Amino acid sequence: MTNAILTGLMLGGMYALVAMGLTLQYGVARIMNLSYGEFLVAAAFAAHWLFTAWALSPFVGLAFVIPVSFGVSYAIYRILLTPLVRRAPNRDALEVDSILATFGLMFVVQGILLTVFGGAYYSYSFLAVPITVLGETLALNRMVALALAVIAGSALYLALTRTRIGTAIRAVAVDPSSARLVAIDVTQMSALAFALGGAMVAAAGVLVSMFLTFSATTGVVFTMKALIVVVMGGIGNLLGCLIAGLALGLSEALVATYVDPGLTLAVNYALFLGVLLIKPAGLFGRAQR
Amino acid sequence: MVSLFTRRAAGSIAIAGAIAFCIDAPAPAQAQSSVKIGYAVSRTGPNAGGAAVTTIPNYELWVKEVNAAGGLKLGDKRVPIEVVQYDDRSSAEEAARALERLINQDKVDFILPPWGTGLNLAVGPILHRAGYPHIAGTAVTDRAPELAKRWPNSFWLLGTSAGAAESLVELLVKLRGEGKIGDSVAMTSIADGFGIDLSSAARPALTKAKFKLVYDKSYPIGTQDLAPIINEIKGLNPDVYISFSYPPDTLAITEQSRIAGFNPKIFYTGVGTAFPLYKQRFGANAEGVMGIGGWDGDSPAIKTYLAKHKEANGGKEPDRWASAVTYAGLQMLQQAIERVGKIDRAAVIKELQSGSFDTVIGPVKLVNNLPTQYWWVGQWQNGEFYGIGPASNHGAKAAVVPKPAWKAQ
Amino acid sequence: MIGAPVAIPLALAAVAGLAAVPFVVDAYYLALAISLLQFTVLSTAWGLFSGPTRYISLATAAFFGIGAYTVAVLGELLPWPLVLAIAGIIGVLTAAVVGFSTLRLSGVYFVIFTFGLAELIRQLVVWYEVNKSRVLGRYVFADITQTDIYWQLLALAVVTFVIGWAIARSRLGFALRIIGEDETVAQHCGINTTVAKVALFTVSATIMTIAGAIMAPRWTYIEPSIAFNAMISFQVVIMALLGGAHRLWGPVLGAIPMTLLFEFLSARFPSTFTIIMGVVFLLIVYALPRGVIGLLQRLANRPTKRSEAIS
Repeated sequence: MTNAILTGLMLGGMYALVAMGLTLQYGVARIMNLSYGEFLVAAAFAAHWLFTAWALSPFVGLAFVIPVSFGVSYAIYRILLTPLVRRAPNRDALEVDSILATFGLMFVVQGILLTVFGGAYYSYSFLAVPITVLGETLALNRMVALALAVIAGSALYLALTRTRIGTAIRAVAVDPSSARLVAIDVTQMSALAFALGGAMVAAAGVLVSMFLTFSATTGVVFTMKALIVVVMGGIGNLLGCLIAGLALGLSEALVATYVDPGLTLAVNYALFLGVLLIKPAGLFGRAQR
Repeated sequence: MVSLFTRRAAGSIAIAGAIAFCIDAPAPAQAQSSVKIGYAVSRTGPNAGGAAVTTIPNYELWVKEVNAAGGLKLGDKRVPIEVVQYDDRSSAEEAARALERLINQDKVDFILPPWGTGLNLAVGPILHRAGYPHIAGTAVTDRAPELAKRWPNSFWLLGTSAGAAESLVELLVKLRGEGKIGDSVAMTSIADGFGIDLSSAARPALTKAKFKLVYDKSYPIGTQDLAPIINEIKGLNPDVYISFSYPPDTLAITEQSRIAGFNPKIFYTGVGTAFPLYKQRFGANAEGVMGIGGWDGDSPAIKTYLAKHKEANGGKEPDRWASAVTYAGLQMLQQAIERVGKIDRAAVIKELQSGSFDTVIGPVKLVNNLPTQYWWVGQWQNGEFYGIGPASNHGAKAAVVPKPAWKAQ
Repeated sequence: MIGAPVAIPLALAAVAGLAAVPFVVDAYYLALAISLLQFTVLSTAWGLFSGPTRYISLATAAFFGIGAYTVAVLGELLPWPLVLAIAGIIGVLTAAVVGFSTLRLSGVYFVIFTFGLAELIRQLVVWYEVNKSRVLGRYVFADITQTDIYWQLLALAVVTFVIGWAIARSRLGFALRIIGEDETVAQHCGINTTVAKVALFTVSATIMTIAGAIMAPRWTYIEPSIAFNAMISFQVVIMALLGGAHRLWGPVLGAIPMTLLFEFLSARFPSTFTIIMGVVFLLIVYALPRGVIGLLQRLANRPTKRSEAIS
């Protein structure tokens, strides 16, 4: 039982880590980013390349990847997504438009990755060391991913609640037109949030590349997982994201151990659907209409 | 209105494009100045990983080699190969359409098959109807004998899943007879056609041979953490662990087993064990791991093939299972065409059905469109994935049991 | 528009012309024509529901897959018409269950829910197959030719358009127009909005299911991963939106150019297809200047009811 719970927490931590960036992008900038997973995979490729060609540990790789993806995401928002934002009559329209636009973006990024890396599987091993926790043997790299998820999440939470910019971002998430009334530059804050989300997903990509096998086409899997976590936790709510991620991870591990590994993903989706049916805005979400 | 205009514009452009590619259709080949060979492989989509290792490098190597020698020998002249290729995007619908395009639009002389069981089956009827030889080197299907009868133009070189499972069980029985292992077996399989077929075949075979199946579950594609499964199996302490897995989970299971310190006497993983990626990832820890596939690694033909493959593909090695089989299939096609001496697909099919061929996997003579020898179990020994089962195969090595314990990496 | 006395013979002539296609083209163009018909049926069926209700559904893959998988399981056991009928019935039941449980969700939640639906159904099918029937890949050797598939799809397309036309002229269609305008008003008028929406969703989904069943024999070997392919959901959405989902004939205008475009790109640019398709998607999204909902409202020539940027 301890084993299942610990494994579940680590898995859930990874899900939460992967999803945190999307909750920012969607919760604040209102961009339902379907290309989210592609950026994660791109970061994973970067980490792989840095590790195999330059013998740089993924932690050092983080220092490169995070600023680059922050910049790229910021540029994408400003150049690609701002026209959509400007012309959307309301937030629902923007959401739908952004789904379609980021779908196109997903193909573009995936196509670039395919051209550069081909369709083959990539994988490397880093910090795959067993450590004993509470009598159970766990993988160090997964523990580190969980630890970093918690740290990043807490840092983000503190930044959002204790700084001016963070509060401005939260204001935009709640009500952009009112935010404008108090002289918050909504476009700038949205762009910042989007870029921050992009930086977070890149960090997630680097960390998961330590223990997962990936290829240019595995981005969609991550996008779907992240979407489920974000919507289940309540859009824009970091705590909800963490709880939803942990819930999914735990349910997966417990079902795999006590019921049937074949039902893990079905249970994931069932949990997601179940939460939505009971609380249509997600665990911690606010009803939008 | 702007929007209506834009839609009309988009529509006209698309229709213009459609007309353009109709008009632009290539003229039929002149009297054999080149042999047109077409293929659609999965460069994108879920199959891309497998195709990138097994199919694409071999097709490109073969074409390069043949053209370096001047081309295919038709009669007394050598005619170079011209390639027309498409990406089937891992979709049965796309593959079917791409092949129709190759047959009817590009009018290619011969077609090389796509990667994987599903796509080979999707294009089977099309190739049959059009009378093209269909040499499937990456399809494992229990219906291979039936398919060969239904489509006499098709040749299924990789065998049936029943064959895979039974060979493995045979090997286990032999090892148990030698006192090297006990009776307890744990089995996991990926919930996809391949995994299910193999485990469905292995289950009765194991039971009949009086093995005890202490764990028998499958997991969905896309499972990212196999720790719960491995931890549970470790607790049951089986002598043999069999996993009918795909490359991502093959790697994950091996990694997780190493971390958990799970050291059964026999550790068998599925697709991917024979990939060079496996050796790269695990290095010395790959020693003793068994998997599906294998080859006669010491034979000169294989050694030459390995070197040529690396040179032509920028250092990339072939996998130790379907790669050599795919390449052998290409060699068979080439020899059949050259023996017939002209582009006569029906004659080539006849030659493939009845002729004997000299290939990298040894001499091949098909019986009812199927090979008589398959490599079903391989093991990493001294840095090479040698075939160990069926033990009656020429060049089969003895199994090394127990697997050495995992080392820290 | 054209009056009925002219429209009907014209339509019949068009159908007859289309039915003659297999006799005049080669296998490749027939395959292309099948593809065109498939997407016409799917996008029109999608538009039947998503047009009036403004709900973007990504469940196309789920229902298409159910149809295909039914054929995979029953195709070798029962006569073909019976298999199609059973596929349709399963589609109706699934759609009703899904509809009643999810149409309370709003906007994007519905989109994501339907996105996950195909995956959920796929996982359940896989689990059932793995544990109960112990067979995962199924072989479909029905004696059905390409031409048969083409004609069946043509018949389904005609039926779809007739259904769409009939709905528009019926009480259900009237109710749906009011719902599309303003759901609260509709409820106040005494319209049972949930039943109306579910009914429409069911009709749309059943057509998709049957389309999947018809297409299944093309692939010979069907696994859940082949039957439930999420790509199709997105392709259908973009086709319908390009053409204009608010009119019955809209989605066709999007489906035909897009299918031809995909084919053109596949043939001409096989190695850069993914990138180019992404760029094309982006261009289409930007070319709809007022956004999707704005376009729907504007072309429907109705004043905007929903309040704008506030909340």
